[in-house]
Amino acid sequence: MSGFSPAFLSSTSNSFVELARSLAPETLPQNSGRDLTGQSPEGTTIICFRTATGVLMAGDRRATIGNLIASHSMEKVEAADDFSVIGVAGTAGVALDLIRLFRLELEHYEKIEGAGLSLNGKANRLAAMLRGNLGLAMQGLSVVPLFAGVDASMPQGQIFSFDVTGGRYVEHRFHAIGSGSGFARGALKKLWQPDLDTSAAIGVAVEALFDASDDDSATGGPDFVRQIAPTVFTVDLEHGATEIDSAAVLETATEVVARRTRSARA
Amino acid sequence: MSQAPFYVSPEQLMKDRADFARKGIARGRSVVVMRFDEGILLLAENPSPTLHKIAEIYDRIGFAAVGKYNEFETLRQAGVRYADLRGYSYDRTDVTARGLTNAYAQTLAGVFTTESKPFEVELVVAELGHTAEHDQLYRLSYDGSVIDETEHVAIGGRADAITDSLAGLATSQMSLHEVFAHGVQALSAATQSTPAADALEAAILDRTTTKQRTFRRLDDAAMNRLRED
Repeated sequence: MSGFSPAFLSSTSNSFVELARSLAPETLPQNSGRDLTGQSPEGTTIICFRTATGVLMAGDRRATIGNLIASHSMEKVEAADDFSVIGVAGTAGVALDLIRLFRLELEHYEKIEGAGLSLNGKANRLAAMLRGNLGLAMQGLSVVPLFAGVDASMPQGQIFSFDVTGGRYVEHRFHAIGSGSGFARGALKKLWQPDLDTSAAIGVAVEALFDASDDDSATGGPDFVRQIAPTVFTVDLEHGATEIDSAAVLETATEVVARRTRSARA
Repeated sequence: MSQAPFYVSPEQLMKDRADFARKGIARGRSVVVMRFDEGILLLAENPSPTLHKIAEIYDRIGFAAVGKYNEFETLRQAGVRYADLRGYSYDRTDVTARGLTNAYAQTLAGVFTTESKPFEVELVVAELGHTAEHDQLYRLSYDGSVIDETEHVAIGGRADAITDSLAGLATSQMSLHEVFAHGVQALSAATQSTPAADALEAAILDRTTTKQRTFRRLDDAAMNRLRED
Protein backbone atom coordinates (compact mmCIF):
# COMPACT_ATOMS: atom_id res chain seq x y z
CA MET A 1 0.00 0.00 0.00
CA SER A 2 1.40 3.42 -0.91
CA GLY A 3 0.19 6.62 0.71
CA PHE A 4 1.35 7.57 4.18
CA SER A 5 4.00 5.47 5.81
CA PRO A 6 2.25 3.52 8.62
CA ALA A 7 4.31 5.43 11.18
CA PHE A 8 2.61 8.68 10.16
CA LEU A 9 -0.77 7.21 11.08
CA SER A 10 0.25 5.35 14.21
CA SER A 11 2.73 7.79 15.77
CA THR A 12 1.67 9.25 19.08
CA SER A 13 4.54 11.70 19.43
CA ASN A 14 4.17 15.46 19.13
CA SER A 15 7.94 15.93 18.74
CA PHE A 16 9.36 16.50 15.29
CA VAL A 17 12.86 15.46 16.36
CA GLU A 18 11.55 12.09 17.54
CA LEU A 19 9.65 11.64 14.29
CA ALA A 20 12.72 12.47 12.19
CA ARG A 21 14.93 10.24 14.31
CA SER A 22 12.67 7.24 13.71
CA LEU A 23 11.80 7.86 10.05
CA ALA A 24 14.62 9.85 8.49
CA PRO A 25 17.66 9.81 10.79
CA GLU A 26 19.94 10.77 7.89
CA THR A 27 18.41 14.24 7.84
CA LEU A 28 19.44 15.03 11.42
CA PRO A 29 22.86 16.36 12.46
CA GLN A 30 25.15 13.37 12.91
CA ASN A 31 28.10 12.38 14.98
CA SER A 32 30.62 11.78 12.17
CA GLY A 33 33.17 10.04 14.41
CA ARG A 34 35.98 12.41 13.41
CA ASP A 35 37.40 15.31 15.34
CA LEU A 36 36.40 18.36 13.29
CA THR A 37 37.66 21.01 15.69
CA GLY A 38 39.35 23.83 13.81
CA GLN A 39 37.91 22.87 10.43
CA SER A 40 34.44 24.27 10.75
CA PRO A 41 33.22 27.86 11.01
CA GLU A 42 32.45 29.13 14.50
CA GLY A 43 32.64 32.16 16.78
CA THR A 44 30.02 34.71 17.70
CA THR A 45 28.64 37.07 20.24
CA ILE A 46 24.95 36.90 21.11
CA ILE A 47 23.49 39.17 23.77
CA CYS A 48 20.07 39.27 25.32
CA PHE A 49 18.50 41.47 27.98
CA ARG A 50 15.21 42.55 29.48
CA THR A 51 13.56 45.75 28.27
CA ALA A 52 10.60 47.78 29.51
CA THR A 53 8.14 45.69 27.49
CA GLY A 54 9.86 42.31 27.01
CA VAL A 55 13.25 41.14 25.82
CA LEU A 56 15.80 42.08 23.16
CA MET A 57 18.24 39.67 21.53
CA ALA A 58 21.03 40.68 19.17
CA GLY A 59 23.94 38.93 17.47
CA ASP A 60 26.84 39.79 15.18
CA ARG A 61 27.02 38.37 11.65
CA ARG A 62 30.55 36.92 11.42
CA ALA A 63 31.59 33.26 11.17
CA THR A 64 35.27 32.26 11.30
CA ILE A 65 37.44 29.24 10.54
CA GLY A 66 40.65 29.63 12.51
CA ASN A 67 42.07 32.98 11.47
CA LEU A 68 39.88 33.30 8.37
CA ILE A 69 36.47 34.90 8.11
CA ALA A 70 34.09 32.32 6.65
CA SER A 71 31.03 34.55 6.37
CA HIS A 72 30.22 38.22 6.80
CA SER A 73 26.48 37.84 6.77
CA MET A 74 25.45 34.83 8.84
CA GLU A 75 22.16 35.13 10.71
CA LYS A 76 22.64 33.66 14.18
CA VAL A 77 19.57 35.10 15.85
CA GLU A 78 16.12 34.15 14.58
CA ALA A 79 12.53 34.15 15.70
CA ALA A 80 11.75 30.66 17.05
CA ASP A 81 8.02 31.31 16.73
CA ASP A 82 5.70 34.32 17.07
CA PHE A 83 6.66 34.99 20.71
CA SER A 84 10.21 33.78 21.21
CA VAL A 85 13.70 34.15 19.76
CA ILE A 86 16.76 31.92 19.66
CA GLY A 87 20.41 32.81 19.12
CA VAL A 88 23.15 30.22 18.77
CA ALA A 89 26.91 30.39 19.26
CA GLY A 90 29.29 27.67 18.16
CA THR A 91 29.95 25.57 15.08
CA ALA A 92 27.97 27.22 12.30
CA GLY A 93 26.55 24.17 10.56
CA VAL A 94 25.28 22.61 13.76
CA ALA A 95 24.06 25.98 15.04
CA LEU A 96 21.95 26.65 11.95
CA ASP A 97 20.59 23.10 12.03
CA LEU A 98 19.69 23.54 15.68
CA ILE A 99 17.78 26.76 14.93
CA ARG A 100 15.93 25.14 12.02
CA LEU A 101 15.09 22.03 14.02
CA PHE A 102 13.96 23.98 17.05
CA ARG A 103 11.66 26.23 15.00
CA LEU A 104 10.16 23.16 13.38
CA GLU A 105 9.84 21.43 16.75
CA LEU A 106 7.70 24.29 18.07
CA GLU A 107 5.65 24.53 14.87
CA HIS A 108 5.09 20.77 14.75
CA TYR A 109 3.93 20.66 18.36
CA GLU A 110 1.58 23.57 17.78
CA LYS A 111 0.01 21.95 14.71
CA ILE A 112 -0.28 18.45 16.16
CA GLU A 113 -1.65 19.60 19.52
CA GLY A 114 -3.63 22.57 18.25
CA ALA A 115 -2.06 24.82 20.89
CA GLY A 116 1.40 26.28 21.45
CA LEU A 117 3.85 25.32 24.20
CA SER A 118 4.36 27.54 27.24
CA LEU A 119 7.62 29.51 27.37
CA ASN A 120 9.05 27.17 30.01
CA GLY A 121 7.94 24.20 27.91
CA LYS A 122 9.81 25.56 24.89
CA ALA A 123 12.98 26.07 26.96
CA ASN A 124 12.77 22.53 28.36
CA ARG A 125 12.26 21.13 24.87
CA LEU A 126 15.39 22.97 23.68
CA ALA A 127 17.37 21.58 26.63
CA ALA A 128 16.26 18.06 25.69
CA MET A 129 17.39 18.61 22.09
CA LEU A 130 20.84 19.70 23.32
CA ARG A 131 21.11 16.61 25.49
CA GLY A 132 20.40 14.57 22.37
CA ASN A 133 23.25 16.39 20.65
CA LEU A 134 25.80 15.44 23.29
CA GLY A 135 27.83 13.24 20.93
CA LEU A 136 28.58 16.24 18.73
CA ALA A 137 29.45 18.40 21.72
CA MET A 138 32.02 15.83 22.88
CA GLN A 139 33.85 16.12 19.57
CA GLY A 140 34.30 19.83 20.02
CA LEU A 141 31.46 20.80 17.70
CA SER A 142 29.47 22.27 20.49
CA VAL A 143 26.70 24.79 20.14
CA VAL A 144 25.21 26.80 22.94
CA PRO A 145 21.91 28.55 22.41
CA LEU A 146 20.34 31.50 24.14
CA PHE A 147 16.56 31.50 24.22
CA ALA A 148 14.15 34.22 25.26
CA GLY A 149 10.53 35.11 24.86
CA VAL A 150 7.25 36.06 26.42
CA ASP A 151 3.99 34.25 27.04
CA ALA A 152 0.71 35.06 28.72
CA SER A 153 1.94 33.85 32.11
CA MET A 154 5.23 35.77 31.75
CA PRO A 155 4.37 38.97 29.87
CA GLN A 156 7.57 40.64 31.14
CA GLY A 157 9.66 37.99 29.39
CA GLN A 158 12.23 35.46 30.44
CA ILE A 159 15.77 34.67 29.26
CA PHE A 160 17.18 31.13 29.31
CA SER A 161 20.81 30.11 28.88
CA PHE A 162 22.02 26.55 28.33
CA ASP A 163 25.18 24.50 28.39
CA VAL A 164 26.18 21.66 26.06
CA THR A 165 25.02 19.03 28.53
CA GLY A 166 21.47 20.39 28.32
CA GLY A 167 21.54 22.35 31.57
CA ARG A 168 18.97 25.14 31.55
CA TYR A 169 19.38 28.37 33.52
CA VAL A 170 17.09 31.36 33.96
CA GLU A 171 18.81 34.73 33.51
CA HIS A 172 17.14 37.59 35.31
CA ARG A 173 18.59 40.71 33.68
CA PHE A 174 20.95 40.12 30.79
CA HIS A 175 23.20 37.45 29.35
CA ALA A 176 25.73 36.97 26.55
CA ILE A 177 27.16 33.87 24.89
CA GLY A 178 29.93 33.19 22.37
CA SER A 179 33.60 34.01 22.03
CA GLY A 180 33.08 37.76 22.61
CA SER A 181 30.58 37.34 25.41
CA GLY A 182 32.96 38.43 28.18
CA PHE A 183 33.44 41.87 26.62
CA ALA A 184 29.75 42.22 25.79
CA ARG A 185 28.73 41.27 29.31
CA GLY A 186 31.17 43.84 30.69
CA ALA A 187 29.49 46.50 28.56
CA LEU A 188 26.02 45.38 29.57
CA LYS A 189 26.94 45.60 33.26
CA LYS A 190 27.57 49.34 32.80
CA LEU A 191 24.90 50.18 30.21
CA TRP A 192 21.91 48.00 31.02
CA GLN A 193 19.08 49.44 33.10
CA PRO A 194 15.63 48.11 33.80
CA ASP A 195 12.88 49.70 31.70
CA LEU A 196 14.90 50.52 28.57
CA ASP A 197 12.59 51.61 25.75
CA THR A 198 13.09 50.09 22.30
CA SER A 199 15.39 52.74 20.81
CA ALA A 200 17.52 52.95 23.97
CA ALA A 201 17.68 49.15 24.05
CA ILE A 202 18.92 49.01 20.43
CA GLY A 203 21.62 51.54 21.42
CA VAL A 204 22.75 49.37 24.35
CA ALA A 205 22.78 46.26 22.15
CA VAL A 206 24.91 47.94 19.47
CA GLU A 207 27.34 49.29 22.09
CA ALA A 208 27.77 45.88 23.70
CA LEU A 209 28.31 44.11 20.36
CA PHE A 210 30.73 46.85 19.29
CA ASP A 211 32.79 46.24 22.43
CA ALA A 212 32.81 42.50 21.71
CA SER A 213 33.91 43.01 18.10
CA ASP A 214 36.57 45.47 19.24
CA ASP A 215 38.41 42.86 21.28
CA ASP A 216 37.29 39.49 19.85
CA SER A 217 38.45 38.61 16.34
CA ALA A 218 35.63 36.10 15.86
CA THR A 219 32.94 38.75 16.38
CA GLY A 220 32.11 41.14 13.56
CA GLY A 221 31.29 44.82 14.05
CA PRO A 222 28.74 46.78 12.03
CA ASP A 223 29.89 46.58 8.40
CA PHE A 224 29.40 49.96 6.72
CA VAL A 225 31.05 48.84 3.48
CA ARG A 226 28.56 46.03 2.82
CA GLN A 227 25.78 47.66 4.85
CA ILE A 228 25.55 44.63 7.16
CA ALA A 229 24.15 45.40 10.59
CA PRO A 230 23.95 43.10 13.61
CA THR A 231 20.69 41.15 13.82
CA VAL A 232 18.39 42.65 16.45
CA PHE A 233 15.07 41.15 17.57
CA THR A 234 12.63 42.46 20.14
CA VAL A 235 9.85 40.36 21.69
CA ASP A 236 6.84 41.62 23.58
CA LEU A 237 3.33 40.39 24.09
CA GLU A 238 1.77 43.11 21.95
CA HIS A 239 3.89 42.82 18.78
CA GLY A 240 5.44 39.36 19.16
CA ALA A 241 8.95 38.68 17.88
CA THR A 242 9.97 41.53 15.59
CA GLU A 243 13.22 41.99 13.69
CA ILE A 244 14.49 45.57 13.81
CA ASP A 245 15.11 46.97 10.34
CA SER A 246 18.83 46.80 9.53
CA ALA A 247 18.85 50.42 8.29
CA ALA A 248 17.73 51.56 11.77
CA VAL A 249 20.42 49.42 13.42
CA LEU A 250 23.09 50.80 11.08
CA GLU A 251 21.94 54.33 11.91
CA THR A 252 22.37 53.61 15.63
CA ALA A 253 25.77 52.04 14.86
CA THR A 254 26.80 55.20 12.98
CA GLU A 255 26.00 57.28 16.07
CA VAL A 256 27.92 54.90 18.33
CA VAL A 257 30.97 54.98 16.06
CA ALA A 258 30.84 58.79 15.78
CA ARG A 259 30.66 59.14 19.57
CA ARG A 260 33.57 56.77 20.08
CA THR A 261 35.62 58.50 17.39
CA ARG A 262 35.12 61.82 19.19
CA SER A 263 36.17 60.42 22.55
CA ALA A 264 39.18 58.64 21.04
CA ARG A 265 40.43 61.93 19.54
CA ALA A 266 39.70 64.06 22.56
CA MET B 1 -16.93 -22.35 15.82
CA SER B 2 -16.31 -21.29 12.24
CA GLN B 3 -19.25 -20.95 9.90
CA ALA B 4 -19.23 -21.92 6.27
CA PRO B 5 -18.18 -18.78 4.37
CA PHE B 6 -20.87 -17.07 2.31
CA TYR B 7 -19.98 -15.81 -1.10
CA VAL B 8 -20.22 -12.03 -1.37
CA SER B 9 -19.62 -10.53 -4.80
CA PRO B 10 -17.00 -7.74 -4.95
CA GLU B 11 -19.67 -5.34 -6.20
CA GLN B 12 -21.82 -6.04 -3.17
CA LEU B 13 -18.85 -5.79 -0.81
CA MET B 14 -17.82 -2.38 -2.16
CA LYS B 15 -21.39 -1.16 -2.18
CA ASP B 16 -21.90 -2.20 1.43
CA ARG B 17 -18.75 -0.44 2.51
CA ALA B 18 -19.63 2.69 0.55
CA ASP B 19 -23.12 2.75 2.07
CA PHE B 20 -21.65 2.30 5.52
CA ALA B 21 -19.19 5.17 5.05
CA ARG B 22 -21.79 7.42 3.45
CA LYS B 23 -24.21 6.88 6.33
CA GLY B 24 -21.54 7.83 8.87
CA ILE B 25 -20.67 10.98 6.96
CA ALA B 26 -24.30 11.99 6.39
CA ARG B 27 -24.89 12.19 10.15
CA GLY B 28 -22.33 15.00 10.56
CA ARG B 29 -22.51 18.69 9.83
CA SER B 30 -21.00 20.25 6.75
CA VAL B 31 -17.87 22.18 5.86
CA VAL B 32 -17.47 24.52 2.94
CA VAL B 33 -14.16 25.74 1.51
CA MET B 34 -14.30 28.75 -0.80
CA ARG B 35 -11.73 30.80 -2.65
CA PHE B 36 -11.91 34.56 -2.32
CA ASP B 37 -9.88 37.27 -4.06
CA GLU B 38 -7.07 37.34 -1.48
CA GLY B 39 -7.10 33.81 -0.18
CA ILE B 40 -9.15 30.76 0.72
CA LEU B 41 -11.91 30.63 3.35
CA LEU B 42 -12.56 27.41 5.29
CA LEU B 43 -15.93 27.52 7.05
CA ALA B 44 -17.55 24.84 9.18
CA GLU B 45 -20.60 24.41 11.30
CA ASN B 46 -19.04 23.28 14.55
CA PRO B 47 -20.43 23.93 18.01
CA SER B 48 -17.18 22.84 19.69
CA PRO B 49 -14.57 25.58 20.08
CA THR B 50 -11.74 23.09 20.58
CA LEU B 51 -12.44 19.99 18.49
CA HIS B 52 -11.52 21.48 15.16
CA LYS B 53 -12.72 20.40 11.74
CA ILE B 54 -10.43 22.91 10.07
CA ALA B 55 -6.69 22.94 10.54
CA GLU B 56 -3.31 24.03 9.30
CA ILE B 57 -1.14 21.44 7.59
CA TYR B 58 1.66 23.64 6.29
CA ASP B 59 2.62 27.17 5.26
CA ARG B 60 0.08 27.41 2.44
CA ILE B 61 -1.96 24.24 2.94
CA GLY B 62 -5.23 24.01 4.87
CA PHE B 63 -7.26 20.95 5.82
CA ALA B 64 -10.98 20.51 6.40
CA ALA B 65 -12.79 17.32 7.32
CA VAL B 66 -16.15 15.85 8.23
CA GLY B 67 -17.09 12.47 9.61
CA LYS B 68 -15.69 10.55 12.53
CA TYR B 69 -13.50 12.77 14.67
CA ASN B 70 -10.87 10.23 15.68
CA GLU B 71 -10.42 9.11 12.09
CA PHE B 72 -9.96 12.50 10.47
CA GLU B 73 -7.79 13.60 13.39
CA THR B 74 -5.46 10.66 12.67
CA LEU B 75 -5.40 11.67 9.01
CA ARG B 76 -4.76 15.33 9.88
CA GLN B 77 -1.82 14.43 12.11
CA ALA B 78 -0.43 12.13 9.44
CA GLY B 79 -0.63 15.06 7.01
CA VAL B 80 1.24 17.35 9.41
CA ARG B 81 3.95 14.71 9.92
CA TYR B 82 4.24 14.12 6.19
CA ALA B 83 4.47 17.84 5.43
CA ASP B 84 6.91 18.74 8.21
CA LEU B 85 9.25 15.86 7.42
CA ARG B 86 9.17 16.59 3.71
CA GLY B 87 9.76 20.31 4.24
CA TYR B 88 12.68 19.54 6.54
CA SER B 89 14.30 16.94 4.24
CA TYR B 90 13.92 19.06 1.09
CA ASP B 91 12.62 22.59 1.27
CA ARG B 92 9.48 24.29 2.53
CA THR B 93 8.44 25.06 -1.05
CA ASP B 94 8.55 21.34 -1.92
CA VAL B 95 5.50 20.60 0.22
CA THR B 96 2.54 20.68 -2.15
CA ALA B 97 -1.17 19.99 -1.84
CA ARG B 98 -0.91 17.65 -4.82
CA GLY B 99 1.62 15.40 -3.07
CA LEU B 100 -0.35 15.46 0.16
CA THR B 101 -3.61 14.73 -1.66
CA ASN B 102 -1.99 11.74 -3.36
CA ALA B 103 -0.89 10.35 -0.01
CA TYR B 104 -4.39 10.84 1.42
CA ALA B 105 -5.99 9.25 -1.64
CA GLN B 106 -3.74 6.19 -1.48
CA THR B 107 -4.28 5.77 2.25
CA LEU B 108 -8.07 6.15 2.01
CA ALA B 109 -8.27 3.79 -0.94
CA GLY B 110 -6.05 1.24 0.79
CA VAL B 111 -8.18 1.24 3.91
CA PHE B 112 -11.39 1.16 1.88
CA THR B 113 -10.45 -1.99 -0.02
CA THR B 114 -8.35 -3.96 2.47
CA GLU B 115 -9.43 -3.10 6.02
CA SER B 116 -12.57 -4.43 7.66
CA LYS B 117 -14.08 -0.97 7.92
CA PRO B 118 -13.54 2.10 5.68
CA PHE B 119 -12.75 5.56 7.06
CA GLU B 120 -16.02 7.45 7.59
CA VAL B 121 -14.56 10.77 6.48
CA GLU B 122 -14.47 13.28 3.68
CA LEU B 123 -11.60 15.73 3.37
CA VAL B 124 -10.69 18.92 1.60
CA VAL B 125 -7.06 19.84 1.00
CA ALA B 126 -6.63 23.47 -0.04
CA GLU B 127 -3.45 25.11 -1.22
CA LEU B 128 -3.02 28.84 -1.45
CA GLY B 129 -1.14 29.82 -4.60
CA HIS B 130 1.25 32.76 -4.71
CA THR B 131 -1.17 34.14 -7.31
CA ALA B 132 -4.90 33.45 -7.46
CA GLU B 133 -4.69 31.22 -10.53
CA HIS B 134 -2.48 28.77 -8.62
CA ASP B 135 -5.00 28.14 -5.82
CA GLN B 136 -5.94 24.47 -5.54
CA LEU B 137 -8.92 22.73 -3.94
CA TYR B 138 -9.08 18.94 -3.69
CA ARG B 139 -12.03 17.00 -2.35
CA LEU B 140 -11.31 13.47 -1.14
CA SER B 141 -13.93 10.81 -0.50
CA TYR B 142 -13.92 7.86 1.91
CA ASP B 143 -12.87 5.53 -0.94
CA GLY B 144 -9.89 7.64 -1.98
CA SER B 145 -11.46 9.25 -5.03
CA VAL B 146 -10.29 12.81 -5.66
CA ILE B 147 -12.12 15.69 -7.27
CA ASP B 148 -10.34 18.88 -8.23
CA GLU B 149 -12.58 21.93 -7.69
CA THR B 150 -12.14 25.45 -9.02
CA GLU B 151 -14.17 27.92 -6.93
CA HIS B 152 -15.69 26.26 -3.87
CA VAL B 153 -16.25 22.81 -2.45
CA ALA B 154 -18.56 21.43 0.22
CA ILE B 155 -18.31 18.16 2.15
CA GLY B 156 -20.46 16.47 4.77
CA GLY B 157 -24.07 15.47 5.20
CA ARG B 158 -25.58 18.38 3.29
CA ALA B 159 -22.81 18.92 0.77
CA ASP B 160 -25.16 18.66 -2.21
CA ALA B 161 -27.56 21.27 -0.86
CA ILE B 162 -24.65 23.65 -0.20
CA THR B 163 -23.13 23.05 -3.62
CA ASP B 164 -26.53 23.74 -5.20
CA SER B 165 -27.00 27.02 -3.39
CA LEU B 166 -23.47 28.14 -4.34
CA ALA B 167 -23.73 26.91 -7.92
CA GLY B 168 -22.48 29.35 -10.53
CA LEU B 169 -20.83 31.71 -8.03
CA ALA B 170 -17.32 32.79 -9.00
CA THR B 171 -16.22 33.29 -5.41
CA SER B 172 -12.59 33.83 -6.40
CA GLN B 173 -13.62 37.25 -7.72
CA MET B 174 -15.27 38.32 -4.46
CA SER B 175 -14.01 39.84 -1.23
CA LEU B 176 -13.79 37.89 2.03
CA HIS B 177 -16.92 39.73 3.30
CA GLU B 178 -19.05 38.60 0.38
CA VAL B 179 -17.70 35.07 0.36
CA PHE B 180 -18.20 34.71 4.12
CA ALA B 181 -21.82 35.89 3.76
CA HIS B 182 -22.43 33.43 0.90
CA GLY B 183 -20.86 30.63 2.92
CA VAL B 184 -22.96 31.28 6.04
CA GLN B 185 -26.07 31.58 3.91
CA ALA B 186 -25.36 28.30 2.14
CA LEU B 187 -24.74 26.52 5.45
CA SER B 188 -27.97 27.90 6.92
CA ALA B 189 -30.01 27.15 3.78
CA ALA B 190 -28.83 23.55 3.99
CA THR B 191 -29.86 23.19 7.64
CA GLN B 192 -32.81 25.64 7.55
CA SER B 193 -31.43 27.57 10.50
CA THR B 194 -28.96 30.40 10.97
CA PRO B 195 -25.90 29.28 12.93
CA ALA B 196 -24.68 31.63 15.65
CA ALA B 197 -21.09 32.86 15.42
CA ASP B 198 -20.04 30.58 18.24
CA ALA B 199 -21.40 27.57 16.35
CA LEU B 200 -19.18 28.39 13.37
CA GLU B 201 -15.54 27.60 12.91
CA ALA B 202 -13.63 29.58 10.32
CA ALA B 203 -10.09 30.08 9.14
CA ILE B 204 -8.41 31.64 6.13
CA LEU B 205 -5.30 31.07 4.11
CA ASP B 206 -4.26 34.67 3.64
CA ARG B 207 -2.37 35.74 0.51
CA THR B 208 -1.72 39.25 1.85
CA THR B 209 0.24 38.22 4.95
CA THR B 210 4.00 38.71 5.08
CA LYS B 211 4.37 35.69 7.36
CA GLN B 212 5.55 32.32 6.11
CA ARG B 213 2.56 30.54 7.64
CA THR B 214 -0.57 31.87 5.94
CA PHE B 215 -3.20 29.94 7.95
CA ARG B 216 -5.13 32.09 10.43
CA ARG B 217 -8.15 31.18 12.54
CA LEU B 218 -10.98 33.69 12.72
CA ASP B 219 -12.26 34.05 16.28
CA ASP B 220 -15.87 34.88 17.17
CA ALA B 221 -15.13 38.61 17.21
CA ALA B 222 -13.58 38.50 13.73
CA MET B 223 -16.53 36.48 12.41
CA ASN B 224 -19.03 38.91 13.92
CA ARG B 225 -17.20 41.80 12.26
CA LEU B 226 -17.41 39.98 8.93
CA ARG B 227 -21.13 39.41 9.44
CA GLU B 228 -21.93 42.98 10.45
CA ASP B 229 -20.29 44.89 7.60
